[in-house]
Amino acid sequence: MQGYILKRVIIAAFTVVIVLTVVFFVFRMGAADPVAIMLPPDATPKDARILTEKFGLDKPLIVQYWNFIKNAAHGDFGLSFRYSEPALKVLFTRLPATIQLGLVAFFAAVVIGLFIGIISAVKPDSLIDRFGRVFALAGMSLPTFWVGIMLILFLGVTLRWLPIAGRGSPLHFIMPAFCLSLYPIALITRLARSAMLDALKSDYVLMARIKGVPEFYVILLHAFRNACISLVTVIFSIFGFLILGSVVVETIFTWPGIGRLVIESFFARDYPVVQIFVLFVTFVVVTLNLIVDIVYAYIDPRIRYR
Amino acid sequence: MGKIWLFKKNRLEKKNDISSGKKVRLKIPYLGFTCLALFFFAVIFADVISPYDPYEGDLINITLPPFWQDGGTTAHLLGTDMLGRDVLSRLIHGSRISFLISVGCISFYGSIGIILGLISGFFGGRTDMAIMRLTDFWMSLPGIIVLFMLASVYGPSAKTLIITFGIMGWPNYARIVRGECLSLRERDFVRLARVAGCGNLRIMFSHIFPNIMNTIIIVATIDVGGIIVLTATMSFLGLGTQPPSCDWGLMLAEGRQYITYAWWLVTFPGVAIVVAVLGFNLTGDWIRKILDPKQKLR
Repeated sequence: MQGYILKRVIIAAFTVVIVLTVVFFVFRMGAADPVAIMLPPDATPKDARILTEKFGLDKPLIVQYWNFIKNAAHGDFGLSFRYSEPALKVLFTRLPATIQLGLVAFFAAVVIGLFIGIISAVKPDSLIDRFGRVFALAGMSLPTFWVGIMLILFLGVTLRWLPIAGRGSPLHFIMPAFCLSLYPIALITRLARSAMLDALKSDYVLMARIKGVPEFYVILLHAFRNACISLVTVIFSIFGFLILGSVVVETIFTWPGIGRLVIESFFARDYPVVQIFVLFVTFVVVTLNLIVDIVYAYIDPRIRYR
Repeated sequence: MGKIWLFKKNRLEKKNDISSGKKVRLKIPYLGFTCLALFFFAVIFADVISPYDPYEGDLINITLPPFWQDGGTTAHLLGTDMLGRDVLSRLIHGSRISFLISVGCISFYGSIGIILGLISGFFGGRTDMAIMRLTDFWMSLPGIIVLFMLASVYGPSAKTLIITFGIMGWPNYARIVRGECLSLRERDFVRLARVAGCGNLRIMFSHIFPNIMNTIIIVATIDVGGIIVLTATMSFLGLGTQPPSCDWGLMLAEGRQYITYAWWLVTFPGVAIVVAVLGFNLTGDWIRKILDPKQKLR
């Protein structure tokens, strides 16, 4: 088990370093010259030279790369052009809003998705099963951003029930969280249903029923625990979707999180912030993958000894 | 290709006859077919059926509502936008953009994935291991970061979008093709081809590849829906196609500012996306059930 974990950690660290390298070279060698973006239009060539030297952009690429890695190890990713503050700090001031929304959407997706999924597997062709199937199809086919706009149109503009932008009261959460969790709910419902159907058909469930275990415990303790093995990966992979989704949902509902920050920074050509967002997302995704691998090996011993 | 289809279909029915004693009849997805027909009708006949030029504005008739509302005219069935462009014409032409981007993406990453998958599955051993490691690594990267990087450097455009999807999409195909290839390469017809003196390339492309075609058709049909949504999403965020393109996502983004009094500008492009996506998803599911009765995929 320890060897397995060590191997996974090394692969994860390797991924982060590669992405760091790619990010450096893409942003440095790309068409955008940071000095030209930062200076006002009437700056003299001398000003440009001073700024170039200040950022060390006149040094050879390999020296710049070494400095970049060195600074990155200290958590220094350069100043945001727009805020004149460290890019990392800018990101962290916006992070709580995103985490809040993401967690609400995540728990909503897991609870509702598992609930509908399990019930539809236990009672196929019941009302909930039919509803679940239509809902899953809708969640897979409806684009998140359009659902958001339609919600704003009906609940916000026409009926005036819910606030359409910003963050403050619990009411502000309803539309963005629904929007963000629509696709994950559909995904979990569908997979929970098929995993539970497989588990309920198995011999150990039959055995438990023969023993006279109450149906409730059969479903929850015998079938569901085995269905969980295949669900763990899916549930964690939702975080990956939530990152893309939060960029969309935060833009629609003007939610002050990192997703909106990166879009604003992108159009303001504030590349240090875009860069830190890219690195942060990679870091989060790689860490989550690492956790999935370890959790998976823990709950399913077959993986460890492969 | 028609031959392959027929062959597989017959085999499915025969198999069901033997194993369960009764024929399993698949429900035909009429809704999906209708949506798909509508989509392709718009793609093919866009120039013929759209009543106006999608890019030309008419500043006298701006933000006209659809014809059934007060103030709307039958001259502009679904109304006009803030520059007086006809919404229906833009929707019809938008289908072409969605279609071209989907075809571009899928042929781009499909060919990378298929070639790598064939090499990996056919040669096996170290080559296989190296390619599969690369695939695992690639799959762990979140796609949106690549788009942000490329769009920062080269500017957002349809081309950047296709390249990003192309870079990020191939691992899925590589894995599936490899899996199929692994089992096919042990089959007799491959050995016979080898005895007959065929080279590696010839066996890979003219003996193994046609047998993988079904699988690729299934995966590609299901992929199209996802790509249409992603393209629209990225254009909506401003990271994809740029104005004055009539991409559905872009139309939604432009209409969003006028949401308080022009509901049709944000509603119809979304309906168009849903129609296209439903068409491809439902038809894709149906094709999968026909060509892949054992449900190997997913």
